[in-house]
This record gives sequence, structure tokens and C-alpha cells, in this order.
Amino acid sequence: MKKTLTTLAATAAVILTASAAMAQGMDKVKACFIYVGPVGDFGWSYQHDQGRQYAEKTLGTDKVETAFLESVPEGADAERAIERFARSGCNIIFTTSFGYMDATNKVAAQFPDVKFEHATGYKREHPNVATYDSKFFQGRYVIGQIAAKLSKTGSAGYIASFPIPEVVQGINSFMLGAQSINPDFKVKVVWVNTWFDPGKESDAAKALLDQGVDILTQHTDSTAPMQVAAERGAMAFGQASDMIAFGPNTQLTSIIDDWGPYYVERIKAVLDGTWTQTATWAGMAEGHVVMAPYTNMPDDVKAMAEATQAKITSGEFHPFTGPIMKQDGTEWLAQGVVADDATLAGLNFYVKGIEDKLPQ
Amino acid sequence: MLEAILLTIATAATPLLLAAIGELVAERSGVLNLGVEGMMIMGAVAAFAVAYTTGNPWLGALAGALAGVSFSLLFGLLTLTLATNQVASGLALTILGLGASGMLGESFVGLPGVKLEAVSIPVLSDLPLVGRLLFGQDPFFYLSILLGIGVWWFLFRSRAGLELRSVGANHASAHALGLKVIRVRYLAVMFGGLCAGLAGAQLTLVYTPQWVENMSAGRGWIALALVVFASWRPGRIVVGAYLFGAVSIGQLHAQALGIGLPSQLLSALPYLATIAVLVLISRDRRATLMNTPASLGQPFVPDR
Repeated sequence: MKKTLTTLAATAAVILTASAAMAQGMDKVKACFIYVGPVGDFGWSYQHDQGRQYAEKTLGTDKVETAFLESVPEGADAERAIERFARSGCNIIFTTSFGYMDATNKVAAQFPDVKFEHATGYKREHPNVATYDSKFFQGRYVIGQIAAKLSKTGSAGYIASFPIPEVVQGINSFMLGAQSINPDFKVKVVWVNTWFDPGKESDAAKALLDQGVDILTQHTDSTAPMQVAAERGAMAFGQASDMIAFGPNTQLTSIIDDWGPYYVERIKAVLDGTWTQTATWAGMAEGHVVMAPYTNMPDDVKAMAEATQAKITSGEFHPFTGPIMKQDGTEWLAQGVVADDATLAGLNFYVKGIEDKLPQ
Repeated sequence: MLEAILLTIATAATPLLLAAIGELVAERSGVLNLGVEGMMIMGAVAAFAVAYTTGNPWLGALAGALAGVSFSLLFGLLTLTLATNQVASGLALTILGLGASGMLGESFVGLPGVKLEAVSIPVLSDLPLVGRLLFGQDPFFYLSILLGIGVWWFLFRSRAGLELRSVGANHASAHALGLKVIRVRYLAVMFGGLCAGLAGAQLTLVYTPQWVENMSAGRGWIALALVVFASWRPGRIVVGAYLFGAVSIGQLHAQALGIGLPSQLLSALPYLATIAVLVLISRDRRATLMNTPASLGQPFVPDR
């Protein structure tokens, strides 16, 4: 009994010092990451893990210790995983998929001393929850322009995962980019209802190519569509990471997610005791969205892509600038009006010209 | 275009067919091996690693098969020799396989693999309409069809098949008749492992020639379900696997054509259609009961 009491007292002391340290920075931070896919997916989760490794390397292992859980399903399992991390002494937890949103907020309520960072979500119900996302749609506008320039059939195939705002932004931005070159451009959208299933993604790629598109783009995580495009002699854009190895003569460019700088910044904030709740939505300007080298295209198309990228990076141009009509033909943005971040973050409709019906 | 669609369907159906045929034989002998997914993914990683290292996809296929067999032996050791619970051991095998394959395959992530090319059978592959579809395919396709027919012949037309089925129907009686229950089951489990390993090899050598963790993405479970819904009949497994493949591919085409049905419903369609059709053709309850291996899942400990 006495022993139990001593242990209890010791634990209490540790907790007290821990929370005291919280307020004024720490000597060492334990940063934990939860991934929706395997770190070996060479896409979304892979890039987050690259970011984790970058943070560890940049800050040094004497300052930061990291841990991760991979292939954590969205939903009830996620809550358990996040809670386990919170209990195991993590100081900051990055939950890196949209579907972890509610679970993250729920666990955050129970662990006010732990910082939570949720990727791609919009709920910050407690002061210890921050959100972060990247403006991938900026890259998608550029690839839309490239697609419209290069497609001989005037159409592109779009392999989509789930009808969430992030994906809808991408499809719209791609279409707007394409329409800026060819107003009659067509986009065929196929929803595979998964983030990661190489077989299914390759089936979708084949289906789209069989229906006559000659350029593929994807918002799923595996390199399978790139490989199918390479096999069939079509063109394709990579996703999340540079997929050039899977299509040396096929990949036009790839929208790369670079999370490293953000992870360093946030972990450092915990070290310094300056962490506050934020909602970060950074893009090309901050180096979060990086374009892989423009390859397999004529010089003039490359020059156009680079010019557009430069204009988006400098802030001179925003992909969602009016006039833009909704799919049903009603006006969304008037001439010269730029969509605000809040609207974009909850985007749930298509722009004019997309023939798919958005799943609700 | 129809030919291209049919080819895609065959590629999608082949791994399901291979794995399900193997599991069918194991279950007919009375062993429920829930480790199909695990054996499949081990086959996938082994096939990729060997094909990539040697540059020879045939060696890769062999490695995939061997990986499946060795993994199934582990299952055999646990459930047949040590008579542990088959459900728990099978689940453990799946979890182990998913984890171990991720670890073994770490250095192969992000590398383009070697594709096992189609083998065209001369003359026959020039036939109009069906030529390329039936005789211009990859070796896994031929193998899966041959295995389907071979397993049917073995189970229902050969003495050894009759013995295997009697072991699955009632292991105590089979034992009393002098049949070597454990040996038969070991062989059946190994055959299941071989087929699951080949199914995995098909994933990394034909379907999507690359290695990524978890790339089997639940196909082992679909194969398991096919066996049950096909009420342990090889012919129905072929029908089920191809139906599943056809509806999966068909719904993608329907989406690309823009038919305007909710994509969530379309995604669920392969499962719904396969279950509906297989339940319909298995609706004769007496026949189904007769086909169900009565000793399925029960450990056998011979009394001496």
C-alpha cells in the first residue's frame, strides 16, 4: 500500500513538472504522427513520414523524439490510436487525414496539455487543436492548363477518392485551368471511394483510357495509375510525391506535398513554449506545395506552366478568380472576385463544364 | 473497347479466383484458414522482391508461391499439429503477413517492378472475338482457369478428392476408416497457401507491377467470402470471381460515362451483385448443406 502511494506521489510529481514545463517550453518534445495509409504508399502518408524524418533531422534527436502509427482507419479506431498516443507521453500529435477530425477533437478535450494538429480539417473545438492544410488546388490549376495544351482528345480522366472539399477544390481548379486554355475541355471523373488501393486505381485508370481520354490525373495515393498510363502510352500527372520512376516518359509533373518545414515550425513552437492554436493553409508561396520538374512536354507548354506557377506563388493570381459559374449555370464569383478561404474550405459544388454529378 | 474491358475484368478477377480456389480446397478438408490476406500479401512481396532482384518474373512467381506455402505451413503447424483455434490463428496469420510484408518490402517501395508479360498461344490467339481474351493473356490467367477445372475434377472425380471431402465432412469417421486426417489437411492447407501466394504474385507481377504496403487491399477477404457464398463449389467460385470483377470494372465505366448514379452505390454494387447472384444459385438449402464441410473449423486430435 505504501509503495502504491509513493508511486502515486511520484507520478503526480512527474505530471506537475510536465505541465509546468509546458507553459515555458521544453527541453525535449515527443512528436507523434498518425497516418491513414502505410508509410510505404509512396504517396500521401509517405510524404507525411518524410516530413517527420525531416523534422527529426533538422531539430536533432536530442530535441525531438518521434513516433508514428500507420494504416490507422478513420473512425473509432482512430480515436483509440490518438488516445493511446496522448497517454504515452506525446507532447504534440499530428493526425494526418481528414477523417480523423472528430476523433482528434474528442481526444483533445481529455488531454488539454497535449497539442493536437489535424491535417486538412476545419474543426478546432478546443484551444489545443490546430489545423493545417496545403493549397494543392494551386498545383491543380497548373496541371489543368498543361492537360488542355497537350490533350489531343480534349479530355482528361480524373481519378477521385472521396467527395470532400479538398478533392472538389482540386477537380474545380483543374477544370478552371483547363478551361483557361480550351473552354470546351472535358473532364471525366471516376470516384473509387478509397484513398489507397493500387488495383482499383489501376482499374479506374484503364476504364478512363478505354473511354478515350489521353491524360490522367489522380487524387488517390498509389502510383498504379501512372504505371497504367505508361503502359498505354498516355500522359499522367503524379500525386503527393514525385512518381517519375513509374513513368519516365509519362509523368508531366507532380504536385508534391512538402510537410517538413511546417512540422519543424510547429514542433519548435512546442519546444519554445510559443505554440498557439492556428489554422494554417499554405501553398506554393510557403513551399508547402511543390511542383516536380516539368517533363515530357514542349518548351512553350513548360514555359506557360512555369509562368502560371510563378504568378500563383507571388500571389498575383488566384485560381478561383471570377467570373466563375457553378455547374448549374448560376453565378458563383463575379468578375474579378476571389473566393475566400472559408468558402473554399467547405467547397461542395462543381464549376460549370464538369459533367460528373457530385456525390453528396 | 469491349475487348479492353473484358481484359481488365479478367485481370481483376484472377487474383480473387486463385485465392478462392485454394481456400476452397482447404475448407473442403475442414480447415478454415482466415489467413488468406496474409498469405497473399507475403506472396506479393516475395514475388516482387525476387522478380526485381533477378529481373526474372517467372522466378518471382515461383517465390510468391513458395512464400504462400511456407506461410500456410506455419498455420498448419499451429492448427493441425498443435490443434489451436483456427479462427484466431488465421486472423493472426493475416495480421502477421500484413506487418511482415511491410517490413520485408521496405526497401522495394517506390521501385517500378518487372511485369510478367502475356503469353499468346499461337493460332488460337488470332481467333476473332475471343482469341486475345482467352489465349493472349498472362500465365496467371491460364493457371487460374486450369486450377478451377482441375480442382473440380480432383474433388468430385478422383479418389483422393473423395478422401479429402470425407475428412472435411467428418474427421472422426475418416480417421476410423484409416484416412490420415492430419496429412490430408496439411496438404490441403499448403495448396491453399500456394494459390494465395500466386494470387499475391499476380498483384505485383501483372495487376500493378510495383510493391506498396497493404496493396492486397482486402482481396483475401473477398476471396474468403466468395468460397462461402459459392457454397464450396468450384464452378460457382469462377462465376462469383468474374461477376465481382465485371461489376467492379463496369461501375467505373458507368461513372466515366457520367450516368449520374451515386458513386457510393456504384462502389457497393460488386459486393451486392455477387452476394445476390451467389445466394440465388445456392438457394437449394439441402444441396448447400450437403456441400458444407461439416467439420469446418474444428480442430482434430486423434485419440490413440
